[in-house]
Amino acid sequence: MIIKTEPFVVNIGPVHPSTHGVFRMRATLDGEVIVDLEPVFGYLHRGVEKLAEERTYTGVIPLTDRLDYLASMSNNLAYCLAVEKLAGIPVPERAQYLRVIMAELQRIASHLIAVGAFLNDCGAFMTPILYMIREREKILDLFEMVSGQRLTYNYMRVGGVSHDIPDEFLPALKKFVDRMPAFIDEYDQLLRENEILLARAKGVGILPKELAINISAGGPVLRGSGVRWDIRQADPYSIYDRFKFDIPTGSVGDCYDRYRVRVEEMRQSVRILKQALEQLPSGEVRSEVPHLIHPPVGEAYGHIEAPKGELGFYLVSDNSISPYRFHIRAPSLINLTALKEMMVGWKVADAIIIFGSIDICMGEVDR
Amino acid sequence: MAMPTLSPDWPGGFWAHWGIFVVIILVFVMAMVMGFIWFERRAIAIMQARLGPNRVGPFGFLQPVADAIKVLLKEDIIPAAGDKWVHWLAPVVAFVPVLMVFAVVPFADGALLADLNIGILYVVAVSSISVVGIFMAGWASNNKYSLLGAMRQVASVVSYEIPVVLSIMGVVLLAGSLSMQQIVLAQDIPFILLQPLGFLLFFIGACAEINRAPFDLMEADSEIVAGFHTEYSGMKFALFYLVEYGEALAISAIVTTLFLGGWRGPVLPPWLWFLVKVGLVFFAIVWIRTTVPRVRIDQLMALAWKFLFPLALLNLLITAVEILVFPAVSLWVLVLINIAIMVVLVILWSKLFKLGWGRVEV
Amino acid sequence: MKFERYGIGIAKGLSVTLRHLLRRPVTTQYPEQRLVTSRRIRGNELVWDREKCTGCATCAKSCPQGTIQIVTSVSAEENKYVVEKFEVDTGYCIFCGLCVEACPYEALFMGYAYERARYRRSELVLAKEDLLASEERKPSGYFRPKIEVTLPRQTLLLDRDRARR
Repeated sequence: MIIKTEPFVVNIGPVHPSTHGVFRMRATLDGEVIVDLEPVFGYLHRGVEKLAEERTYTGVIPLTDRLDYLASMSNNLAYCLAVEKLAGIPVPERAQYLRVIMAELQRIASHLIAVGAFLNDCGAFMTPILYMIREREKILDLFEMVSGQRLTYNYMRVGGVSHDIPDEFLPALKKFVDRMPAFIDEYDQLLRENEILLARAKGVGILPKELAINISAGGPVLRGSGVRWDIRQADPYSIYDRFKFDIPTGSVGDCYDRYRVRVEEMRQSVRILKQALEQLPSGEVRSEVPHLIHPPVGEAYGHIEAPKGELGFYLVSDNSISPYRFHIRAPSLINLTALKEMMVGWKVADAIIIFGSIDICMGEVDR
Repeated sequence: MAMPTLSPDWPGGFWAHWGIFVVIILVFVMAMVMGFIWFERRAIAIMQARLGPNRVGPFGFLQPVADAIKVLLKEDIIPAAGDKWVHWLAPVVAFVPVLMVFAVVPFADGALLADLNIGILYVVAVSSISVVGIFMAGWASNNKYSLLGAMRQVASVVSYEIPVVLSIMGVVLLAGSLSMQQIVLAQDIPFILLQPLGFLLFFIGACAEINRAPFDLMEADSEIVAGFHTEYSGMKFALFYLVEYGEALAISAIVTTLFLGGWRGPVLPPWLWFLVKVGLVFFAIVWIRTTVPRVRIDQLMALAWKFLFPLALLNLLITAVEILVFPAVSLWVLVLINIAIMVVLVILWSKLFKLGWGRVEV
Repeated sequence: MKFERYGIGIAKGLSVTLRHLLRRPVTTQYPEQRLVTSRRIRGNELVWDREKCTGCATCAKSCPQGTIQIVTSVSAEENKYVVEKFEVDTGYCIFCGLCVEACPYEALFMGYAYERARYRRSELVLAKEDLLASEERKPSGYFRPKIEVTLPRQTLLLDRDRARR
């Protein structure tokens, strides 16, 4: 006698066991295996694109802080690049270097949380994420020294950065850059060759190369699948063509490759920081920009390699003090397009790991 | 029916001996469980670069007491459609066997409640009853995730019993008796050196049976809810919590007795050696919990049947061969041979062994 | 998947956690020990200087949220605006500091304190007298270099922690 079974629908989230925000997945399970998955999001929608139409160009900068709240400097940078492209405003040399330093520090901080949360989802009982938060605290101390806040910095302005760094910033940054590689080696020693992690993350949640390119994924998700594409080298913005760094890529596109890509990117960011520290010139940090910016009529798209992928801002202006249309190309949302293909066929415990390895931030997905 | 005889060392009659030891065991278990809870939280915290609880009492000693008081004051909720008597009985059935295991554990020379001549068999039999309590908890909660978690727990305990029992057989062969007192007395060299593979198998299997990391998928958040003790609150939840730490204490005590030499040691009094060794084994359990990630359920079962079970059989075979064929060889030579065999077998099995399924075609 | 590294990976991880037992934890016991914040902290309040303020309302115009309300009237004797109402709703403010940057007379500062919780929302609306500087309401050095050099330096976690002990 054959027992009749039928698949049943189960809700994973929105109050999530892992730490990625309010995201709901409606999974159809057959026993333990996922046969269908439907993501439901929008729980954190705040109407940022509409709010920006009522603020001046400088007043939108605090709004962009709160999009991907784990990587605020990158959001500020992308927005300022878009406005500068639209209005044709030059940026002084020292400001360019300071922007690169802040962006790379922010990349390390964001990857620390991403890797820590992924290892936490694998079940390592908070140990890796607590170590990585300890390092992130050091970066946040540096940011607090410069801008006064620890999470939403509001540091970049159209035409440069908001004000110059204090004198104790450079020695502290040098100390950090000298000590960080030892800490990254310590994390590798903790969990890189751990058999249980290899058994759980290798071969799980594979994103094939063609699919990654077709859904226009970006960041470590794309590079983990073997595509060697980094906007900092493909379409250099700011002064990234003056620095030498490698682009780590994975081979298969499973969770373990994405985790390794992030750790190697942290090492490359430290390398960029060392070069930027040596080359930092003196000078002014903000070019003369009127208090209320009136860009000419037109449109511009400014994009950067944010820690999570390609972050782009599309601005349309009609020569008034507020943007006419402000659209955000959020990397987390685009990376989530292939969620169903990545998760079907795996079990519920794997679904949590796969979701953690894509590394999303709900502030970006829902805007 | 004759009165059970008593070893001539103990004053008073049979009932005085029984009464004293029941009190000692209860006090020992309760105090050590509370101490373990405190110790685990502080040790995990310092290994994670932070402080643990340190506000309640000096160094946070009274934290478990505060937790116990909090738990006693909580409301006791019973699911309306669940089976009320089974719901009430489940924590009791899970907790009592943990206490009963300590009846045969020797604290010092001759100091145990009952020197059964089937000591270790009694331990194995009694500790399996806890699983029935856990299954009753999953059933009575009227919640399909609890039932799922409880069934997984039963499957994993049943699978891991076999390598555990087979590695115990290796120790029994060396000691020549099932009685725990005799096993301790036979350890001139601690059996961890003579049976390194057996120790490894027993340790891994025991960690899996008591649901500690890296095998704690029954109580951790990888499932959608908290497993079999979702619907429990108040004192019943506290009993399940006590069951977890009580089993950890029981496993540490058994590992100490079987493999580390029990109460034997040069300078300190025997009961102090016993406590130190139990503490060391528990520290090893906590240390592994802090570091290692969790396995998946199919990997758990594959580990039991494909890795531990053949190795346990081979361990038994090799021990038997050594005892029968080379009885006159000095024990230290056997130590070296056994360690070499363990290294070879672990490497060989790691190459041949494939854990768990991959992706299922839908 | 195979059990590839024969248990050596787990042993390496265990050595890292064991090494942490010998290191000092980095926790700060909060109410008893406090760290010195940055000199440019954008703390939870605003500080206003009544003498320097001319009522130009540049701060109110540059606030993205519109939290600053200013009502002025003309004063015949002194030939400058008399500020009748200067109200900041700190419950609605996002503490971005754009108002402090915009003020041309350096009459507005961010606060230095960060423990400013209140039990009622209405107490968060600060009127003219609540905004003045005092012993508890010190101004911070955000965008004000003259005040920045008088404040103590920030404690850094970098100075307290190292990888190899």
